[in-house]
Amino acid sequence: MDELLLARLQFALTSVFHFFFVPLTLGLSIFVAIMETAYVRTGNEMYKRLTKFWGNIFLINFAVGVVTGIVMEFQFGLNWSEYSRFVGDIFGVPLAIEALLAFFLESTFLGIWVFGWDKLSKQLHAATIWIVAIASNLSALWILVANSFMQHPVGYRLAEDGSRAEMVDFWALLFNPHVWVQFPHVISGGITTGAFLVIAISVYHIMKNQGDIEPFKKSLKYGAVYAFIGTVLVTLAGHTQMQDLLKRQPMKVAAAEALWETENPASFSLFTIGDEEELRDVFSIRIPGLLSFLAFNSFEGEVKGIKELQAEYEETYGPGNYIPPVAISYWSFRLMVGAGTLMLLTAAIALFYVLRERYSFPRWASALMFWSFLLPYLGNTSGWILAEMGRQPWIVFGLLRTEDAVTPASVVSSGEVMFSMVIFVLIYALLTCADYYLIKKYAVAGIKPEARNEGRV
Amino acid sequence: MELETLQIIWFILVAVLFTGFFFLEGFDYGVGILMPFIGRDDLERRAVINTIGPFWDGNEVWLITAGGAMFAAFPDWYATLFSGFYPALILMLLALIIRGVAFEFRSKSDNPVWRTMWDWGICAGSAVPAILWGVALANIIRGVPIDENMNYAGGFFNLLNPYALACGIASFAIFTLHGAVFLTLKTKGELHTRAMSVAKKAWAPATLLSFVFAIYTLVETDLFARLGVNPGIIPVFSVIALASVIFLLKNNSSGWAFAMTGIAIAFSTITIFLGLFPRVMVSSLDPEWSLTIYNASSSEYTLGIMSIVALIFVPLVLAYQGWTYWVFRQRVGTDSELEY
Repeated sequence: MDELLLARLQFALTSVFHFFFVPLTLGLSIFVAIMETAYVRTGNEMYKRLTKFWGNIFLINFAVGVVTGIVMEFQFGLNWSEYSRFVGDIFGVPLAIEALLAFFLESTFLGIWVFGWDKLSKQLHAATIWIVAIASNLSALWILVANSFMQHPVGYRLAEDGSRAEMVDFWALLFNPHVWVQFPHVISGGITTGAFLVIAISVYHIMKNQGDIEPFKKSLKYGAVYAFIGTVLVTLAGHTQMQDLLKRQPMKVAAAEALWETENPASFSLFTIGDEEELRDVFSIRIPGLLSFLAFNSFEGEVKGIKELQAEYEETYGPGNYIPPVAISYWSFRLMVGAGTLMLLTAAIALFYVLRERYSFPRWASALMFWSFLLPYLGNTSGWILAEMGRQPWIVFGLLRTEDAVTPASVVSSGEVMFSMVIFVLIYALLTCADYYLIKKYAVAGIKPEARNEGRV
Repeated sequence: MELETLQIIWFILVAVLFTGFFFLEGFDYGVGILMPFIGRDDLERRAVINTIGPFWDGNEVWLITAGGAMFAAFPDWYATLFSGFYPALILMLLALIIRGVAFEFRSKSDNPVWRTMWDWGICAGSAVPAILWGVALANIIRGVPIDENMNYAGGFFNLLNPYALACGIASFAIFTLHGAVFLTLKTKGELHTRAMSVAKKAWAPATLLSFVFAIYTLVETDLFARLGVNPGIIPVFSVIALASVIFLLKNNSSGWAFAMTGIAIAFSTITIFLGLFPRVMVSSLDPEWSLTIYNASSSEYTLGIMSIVALIFVPLVLAYQGWTYWVFRQRVGTDSELEY
């Protein structure tokens, strides 16, 4: 295999794996902070026990997120040195700011939170977990500023000799419209990830009905509200993002819809089997006009198809293939939207029960609520696959192609990438097992009456 | 500000970040390396880990920030270094991954096999970077094959030359000593006694190896022949600081001894950066092909923005990290509240 393909595989592997842990950190940190705030405000010991219980699961997950994040910080230099040279002037800035402004806060105050239970006042201790939660989400913002430059480059100029892109407007980079449609989508995706895990574990204990399950009823109540808010937000944010993409990255939308020809009004595909060679449908079920409606809030409006966009891009960027992998884009989009729809349904059902204070569920409802924790993972992962695959063949849209961004083979050979990939696969497999073992152990053990001994043996 | 001034400022800032990183993470590595040996049973091991419990993650962010700063301020340095030292850095990442989760995971299950496995993960995961940082720094100052396009043109074994390995062993010894001295400062009871005796034993090899390494540097590299900035008596101070540690330990002045190992680490790092200036990576093929702060840097605008950000946030970080050390200033023993 050539080193470009291997480098891409390795990047996909390490970033998808990293992003299994990040959204839970984003969502659960806020949830733990809410629990501790409830404890400080009410003085009710149950909230302290809940804080520690969800806090432990948060910590186990957080550790894996951090260590896989170190890999992310360095692999641009490791495998994408040409990319780093070309856009470092711009792309390095949000990464450095993320570390200095967000990651320092997050790590330092998490240390204080874990070890500071008897050393700080209640209020100050609760403040530290809020700082962790805010810093985590701030961290996501800076990473998305970096990613948004790849999706929709702004605030730059090409150097005179064309050797690199240079930043000319930092504020344009920060206020890149792409950031402000992507950030709410990612954050609310994080909220749902935390919320559905809370729902799943709470439902498990309520169904098992052993020991003190009152705290889990409370968790389920908070979790259901949190999940409902999260899913509504993630749906709205996703909708806004898609409308924005239509203006900025129409090819990504066309690929996500397997829309070969320009249509007005444009139909929405429910199920398509396409032929990527011939750029045509083999079999397709479509709802007429729906895509136009989703795009423009009206049953009329032109949505450009793959063929027309390809012709436009050839005119702008020269001859070449500008069509992203259509099947992957199409199916990842459908997985994401499907997961989101199921999440909305599950959150509504959970809300229905908790608002009526009913904590005995029919089998189907408890099964749905328990397994729902997998849905956000499906949505997060397929969403990122669409975002990154739908941008191909570009690494920075319109500016640098992925094939021109990889470290030269004379520096890092395919054998070396193979070596690192084997290492990453093995260690990530080990992490998965250990993480699963611990989270399961803590989740199943439930909440012990004596809070002081949580996390200690 | 002029581009050249900004380039110098950012060279200094990257040097400061690495100095801070080696000073702070240095004792984390040392504590990790010594943990299975100083802690004889599970409770003692936990106490040892808990001495760095609240700090290690914040300390590691110094590395992340140094990497980010290199990327933003000197993209070519970041690109050449990380792609060129690929296999070594993959091993480093592997070690850092294992070490990081091990701290968090080891005490979360009672299973003795589980705990033993992570204990050795902490030990090895601390030892490997402690060696590899020395190897990497030595290669940067000694020079590696870099071609006219700033690309590394050597292989993995170019990095494993005797000089670099000597530096790796020396850095391992110094970080171990630094960690042992930190433990004399942060433990009590039986653990304190044991840490004291280990620190005293670790002193001689660390001092001797550093001295050997300094001499080796004079012979092997042209660092002192083509100095960017003459470090003057800074390296001498570094050696004196290290030499004084044994007397301070015998005097039970753990605080001063820790300050001295810290000064030795900081001043050695500063010496290397001063000697390197204005180069950031030396090419062994042609001096013209070396990366410098001038040919590897970002634009004036980017460096300016980054300077403003650093001016605001670096003091803030120092303030709240300093506060952490104040909050957790108490010594840790087997009778303390242990979280990890």
